[in-house]
Amino acid sequence: MIKDITLGQYFPGNSVVHRLDPRFKIIITMIYIAMLFISSSIFGLFVGGLFAFLALILSKIPFKLILKSLKPLIPILLFTSLFNLFFISGGDVYIEWAFIRVTEDGVNMTLYMAIRIIFLIIGSSLLTYTTSPITLTDAIEYLLSPLKKIKMPVHEFAMMMTIALRFIPTLIEETDKIMSAQKARGADFESGKVMQRIKALIPILIPLFVSAFRRAEDLALAMTCRCYHGGEGRTRLNQLKSGTKDYMATAITIMFLLSIIILNIFV
Amino acid sequence: MGIIKTENLTYTYSVGTPFEKKAIDNINLEIEEGELVGIIGHTGSGKSTLIQHFNGLLKPTSGRILIEGEDIWKSKASTRQARFTVGLVFQYPEYQIFEETVYRDIAFGPKNMGLTEDEIDYRVRNTATAVGISEELLQRSPFELSGGQKRRVAIAGVMAMEPKILILDEPTAGLDPKGREKILNLIKEHHKKTGCTVLIVSHSMEDIARYANKILVMNKSKVFCYGKTAEVFKRANEISEMGLTVPQITRVINELKNRGINIEDEIYTVKYAKEIFLKYLSEKEGGAYD
Repeated sequence: MIKDITLGQYFPGNSVVHRLDPRFKIIITMIYIAMLFISSSIFGLFVGGLFAFLALILSKIPFKLILKSLKPLIPILLFTSLFNLFFISGGDVYIEWAFIRVTEDGVNMTLYMAIRIIFLIIGSSLLTYTTSPITLTDAIEYLLSPLKKIKMPVHEFAMMMTIALRFIPTLIEETDKIMSAQKARGADFESGKVMQRIKALIPILIPLFVSAFRRAEDLALAMTCRCYHGGEGRTRLNQLKSGTKDYMATAITIMFLLSIIILNIFV
Repeated sequence: MGIIKTENLTYTYSVGTPFEKKAIDNINLEIEEGELVGIIGHTGSGKSTLIQHFNGLLKPTSGRILIEGEDIWKSKASTRQARFTVGLVFQYPEYQIFEETVYRDIAFGPKNMGLTEDEIDYRVRNTATAVGISEELLQRSPFELSGGQKRRVAIAGVMAMEPKILILDEPTAGLDPKGREKILNLIKEHHKKTGCTVLIVSHSMEDIARYANKILVMNKSKVFCYGKTAEVFKRANEISEMGLTVPQITRVINELKNRGINIEDEIYTVKYAKEIFLKYLSEKEGGAYD
């Protein structure tokens, strides 16, 4: 069912990783991504992988869930891998047949890219698995707040994101319900040609849009009734707090980054 | 052999995550053809999950469902057949309306069954009349109708498929008393006319007591009891303990009996209660109320 989509979904828990300040978590994730991009060899990548692996163990997120979030990326992964494999040449030639040439550099690059993408996904899904969407947008708003100086509507942007994230599960549930209802009326979404399948979506999409608009209207009205007037002078119920563990975690992350830089120089 | 039969039916939501929950647990049930069954129970007692098994929308984690004696998960064809044998009207069915005209929305189900144009046309007009949607409304956009009308159009959409078993999940939720009455009456009428089996999920004991001839009480993912309306309401005390209310009139009768007034206890509609009271009083006072 649609409910099984896991990418970008929060997985409640009470581990150290869950309790980190979301602002630091975002920064740490960014450093982690930087690690993966600056490492020039496969060894560097493995140091990054080790970091993600440790964080994964600390977070107590089931490994199965992480694998599940990788599943939708398999087509992209295969696509880039095939391109790299056939179009990068250099070093020894392993296979040569008609226009296909597989070379040493090609194989290396393919492995390197594939591992990088996989680690990238693992790291970023760890962030969303361990941080509730609401605190995540709070943190983003905080981190982007310097942009307010140049008149960027940061608060409005964060509010829109919060609302959008908040309604993802609602709309998924709604889609499930509408699908069941139309299936009960004999609608068939699983067979037929491409055009037929696209047509079969109409009975789902129209009620979904109707209800999304209805919800938006209700929400806007409810917010107005509670005197919502934008970000000006607004205070928070739950203040974001940072402590020793956040600085520690960031320090450890920077150490990993440094070790990759050193690896780059020597390997 | 009942028209619906379940064997050790169990369904678990979100297996393998922290949200894992047994929604229905080892249900063994047999519903006879032509019954009008009321299903009651708390929010989260498993009513909605149970009824979604009857037409194959949910696949049981374990156990079997037999519709007309056939396992609906035996093959793909039998699952599809179950969709047409069992018509399911969801909660707030008006939210699933999507067509440009009322006519085409009611025709959606019959069309999916692969009926001929003439047959579809006949069924649409027939059911529209049955639910009180007049001819001139058929060419209007369903989104222009009132809430009650939309609800009736949505119910007609399922009725037009002429299912042998019609299941309605809280068909009167969110309607005013007049709208509720209208919907319940048209369901009763449909049941009488076609002789099909009808299952109604409801929170209102009053409604169920008035319309159903059998009651299924769900509690904590299990069947608490299933039987004739009178038999079920005999266990009024247990039902109240579960936090469900028996009809007001049944409570009045029970209290009167507790205070030593000797009247029969199988009373759960006001109409019948009035008859009994008048009889009781006339016996007591020598016919003064005749």
